[in-house]
Amino acid sequence: MGNYISSTKSQSREMLEEIGLSSMNELYGQVPGHLLLHNNLDIPEGRAEMEVYDMLKKTADKNHIFPVIFRGAGAYRHYIPAIVDTVVSKETFLTAYTPYQAEISQGILQSIFEYQTMICELTGMSASNASVYDGATAAAEAVAMCRERKRTKALISAAAHPDVIETIRTYCWSAGTGMELIPVKDGKTDLSALKNMLDETTACVYIGSPNYFGMLEEVEEAGALIHEKGAKYIMGVNPIAASILKTPRECGADIAVGEGQPLGMHLGFGGPYLGFMAATKAMTRKLPGRIVGETFDSRGNRAYVLTLQAREQHIRREKASSNICSNQALCAMTAAVYMAVMGPEGMQEAAYQCMSKAHYLADELEKAGFSLKYTGEFFHEFVTESPVDVKMLMEHLEQNGILGGLPVENGILWCTTEMNRKEDMDRLIHLIREVANNGTTI
Amino acid sequence: MELLFEKSVTGRKSHILPECDVALVKPSVQFQRVQELNLPELSENDVSRHYSALERRTYGVNNGFYPLGSCTMKYNPRINEVTASMPGFTEIHPLQPDHTVQGCLEVLSSAEKYLCEITGMDAMTFQPAAGAHGELTGIMLFKKYHEANGDTRRTKIIVPDSAHGTNPATAVMAGMTVVNIKSGEDGCVDLAKLRAAAGDDTAGLMLTNPNTLGIFEKDILEITKIVHEAGGLVYYDGANLNAIMGVVRPGDMGFDCVHLNLHKTFSTPHGGGGPGSGAVGCKSFLAKYLPKPHIVTEGATLKQVYDCPDSIGKVKSFYGNFLVVLRALTYIHTLGREGIAEGAAHAVLNANYLMKKLSTCYHVVNKGICMHEFVLTMEKEAKESHVTAMDIAKALLDKGIHPPTVYFPLIIPEALMIEPTETEGKEMLDQAAEIFISIYQEAMKDPERIHQKPETTVIGRPDEVNAARNPILRG
Amino acid sequence: MNISSNLKYTKTHEWVEIMEENRIRTGLSDFAQNSLGSLVYVNLPEEDDEVTAGEAYADVESVKAVSDVNSPATGMVSLINEEVLDAPELINEDPYGTWLVEISEISEMVELMDADAYEAFCREEE
Repeated sequence: MGNYISSTKSQSREMLEEIGLSSMNELYGQVPGHLLLHNNLDIPEGRAEMEVYDMLKKTADKNHIFPVIFRGAGAYRHYIPAIVDTVVSKETFLTAYTPYQAEISQGILQSIFEYQTMICELTGMSASNASVYDGATAAAEAVAMCRERKRTKALISAAAHPDVIETIRTYCWSAGTGMELIPVKDGKTDLSALKNMLDETTACVYIGSPNYFGMLEEVEEAGALIHEKGAKYIMGVNPIAASILKTPRECGADIAVGEGQPLGMHLGFGGPYLGFMAATKAMTRKLPGRIVGETFDSRGNRAYVLTLQAREQHIRREKASSNICSNQALCAMTAAVYMAVMGPEGMQEAAYQCMSKAHYLADELEKAGFSLKYTGEFFHEFVTESPVDVKMLMEHLEQNGILGGLPVENGILWCTTEMNRKEDMDRLIHLIREVANNGTTI
Repeated sequence: MELLFEKSVTGRKSHILPECDVALVKPSVQFQRVQELNLPELSENDVSRHYSALERRTYGVNNGFYPLGSCTMKYNPRINEVTASMPGFTEIHPLQPDHTVQGCLEVLSSAEKYLCEITGMDAMTFQPAAGAHGELTGIMLFKKYHEANGDTRRTKIIVPDSAHGTNPATAVMAGMTVVNIKSGEDGCVDLAKLRAAAGDDTAGLMLTNPNTLGIFEKDILEITKIVHEAGGLVYYDGANLNAIMGVVRPGDMGFDCVHLNLHKTFSTPHGGGGPGSGAVGCKSFLAKYLPKPHIVTEGATLKQVYDCPDSIGKVKSFYGNFLVVLRALTYIHTLGREGIAEGAAHAVLNANYLMKKLSTCYHVVNKGICMHEFVLTMEKEAKESHVTAMDIAKALLDKGIHPPTVYFPLIIPEALMIEPTETEGKEMLDQAAEIFISIYQEAMKDPERIHQKPETTVIGRPDEVNAARNPILRG
Repeated sequence: MNISSNLKYTKTHEWVEIMEENRIRTGLSDFAQNSLGSLVYVNLPEEDDEVTAGEAYADVESVKAVSDVNSPATGMVSLINEEVLDAPELINEDPYGTWLVEISEISEMVELMDADAYEAFCREEE
């Protein structure tokens, strides 16, 4: 039941007759008989829509929605303007396929072109692709872009997001190329260690700023070092922070990548998210995945098409540099709508608020005995020590509707966005003092 | 139509955020952005109208027939959108403690159980975000398995020449080399060629069944046997599962690992090119290599375990496109045991019915019954009258029908690959057949005219040579 | 089909101009550019790269396809035609006037045809 099949039983019979068959089973005449299941699947019977709704609502209710969140670490709760979900729920955008037939897909193609332009503006780069799966795979694909015959080793900052490191590690193992971690000093990439690690086999260096600990890295100094030794510089960025921080272009990066989730995507237990990739003019043709370009049509109209397709797998096959086929089109559109409605001022306002609230929280936490672990500037995340038992603290916060910072090795990684109000932060401090006063210090 | 940037008016903006309730802190000068941020300045009304205009210039399944072969453009049920919008799912942070996300873990765990049952696999990961991503993950499992067995000689992946381009590209990303085998005259795997190619350097075979011509590989048991006897593993590209879901299982055909395109077979929407989900299922002997974390059951609760020493690692951050998996689960609950098999059978019925109708004038490549898709060729017409597959596709645009897949598979010249799916009714198929046939007849009468098509769409044929020679990739 | 009588040809439709004893220039024949269609990009090796007779050393892209270009000789790339990187259409417009690379220190060559033999070869391919 409820199978979205339009043909009725009698219509099906008519159709079978037309093709000269007498039963549906005959359609599978080519399949070895003993393989046929004859409906012996061990899954429940289909249900009416109302029942399905109830079932999944019950499942959803088993999850705990935290009204207040102080945790980031790669997934951030930002305010999503109302128009964003309205636009990306439009049926046509939702149900369309890849815009292979340009004449009837100008809507999708133009929206991707606009997205590409916005990413270029954010990062200062010359070209962007139509997006990849997420920030971690974007970093892994960027590493692949930099491989040359004699240079295949990737140096990855140990201050990068653990999932980024792990994904790059898996991709490098898969391709059979080397990867080394650059040590961390005081919460930032150790540039003097990097200097010693760079050699003529180094293809690229990846540094994210802000990094996993929220710290702003010495990105310009890093760029100079890296280029001196002939390697490529991949810079990972946070798209909200990028509106107020020095662009990857200004820092000398060859490729800019990052996680686009903050640009209007719900937390959604980890996905779907958005990987953006942008490059200098010199590296543009090495970008993987789809790219939309501008041209004109037979009538002289401006037109958008998928272009530079001869880089891709459907043409190059085993000579392609990446197997990536699709992008995250609807998520890229989400990001574009978000940036369109926030505008440059709104983006920067969101960034300043993220940063300001984080500094307010850090100061208050310091007063409550949670000192900052690292020195240096941070954006909207920071690590503190914890004078109280972390597990107990998190439980207490949870009971009061707060998702605390992420427990990390020897500390807590806190995050604030524009959504954390001063009163929520003050309440957090109050709750922390409660735990501390109950004598649960270590 | 103007770009958002061209509609920008300096000073125009929305009031989205309240004023900051703490003291303003800015990055110090050395970190501050110097380059101006030139994003468009628009009102919400501007944005709303812009995207409504873009919507009118797009074609979705909601607009009409969409017979793109191998893409399975079936109807995307709206109840899936409702469940995927429940705040109990959308507002959940991926790093919440396990006991606060039992609902999410249940979604992943149930989806794993049902999809393993449907595919004949023992374990599944939802980390890959798309089919190609799933393929890479699967071949990584093979690589890890052979490495663990000390079988480092096994570096070749066999791929039929009818395969989708992602297959050979995936093999190379996994550090393997590709051995292409030419398909037989019937479009199926040539057993003799496969036997010759399979050896002690074979890591595996990647196969789609039914294949990209819509033909079921009737020798499938022999095919998987040959590869297994040579010590290799067999990978199932699940792009065409819609033909056989609930009817036959890849696991029973001898496949060791499969990927599913949830956005094809399991009705999650295509979104203009993503996000999808490339779930990867495998037999138990490969399960320990799956990306981490693994979900395990401990009594009455579900837990995420990162201590997986044999895992290939991660192929993406977090757990995959969760909200997409949720949509697929909703669909499985809706269709149920009988509905799934029924869907597959009707997909095959619709394809055969349409193929029969079109065979009155088009050259059909398939002989006999096809599966969920079939291929036409315009090779003869292209040579004799210069009417190509591209021309037919462009002419269809004027008739409100999305063209089929063109120029794929590569082994058929001037190919048109047609997949109606099970959600089309008989009257739509009749209407579509009429349109396809009338276009053909018009083209044969007046070949010059068809080169001008499309004529009623917002743009005519774009100059792709110029787009590639002089790339303008931003506004 | 245009065939230049001064040049030699390979079975994979490259032309060869013998400059000196161990130095040649090579490009694509008219037959090749015609079957490839409008070219949009050329991927050339770098100077000092080694090339092997009969193996691919470059590729050319049209909108929907990529084709390998094979080396007529085993040797070293001594010069590349930078002009063609910016204007791949030159290969379509003037195939015999648009060389791709110069190869020196040649130790081996593939079998070459003269203009007449190549003309016959092309007629057979069609």
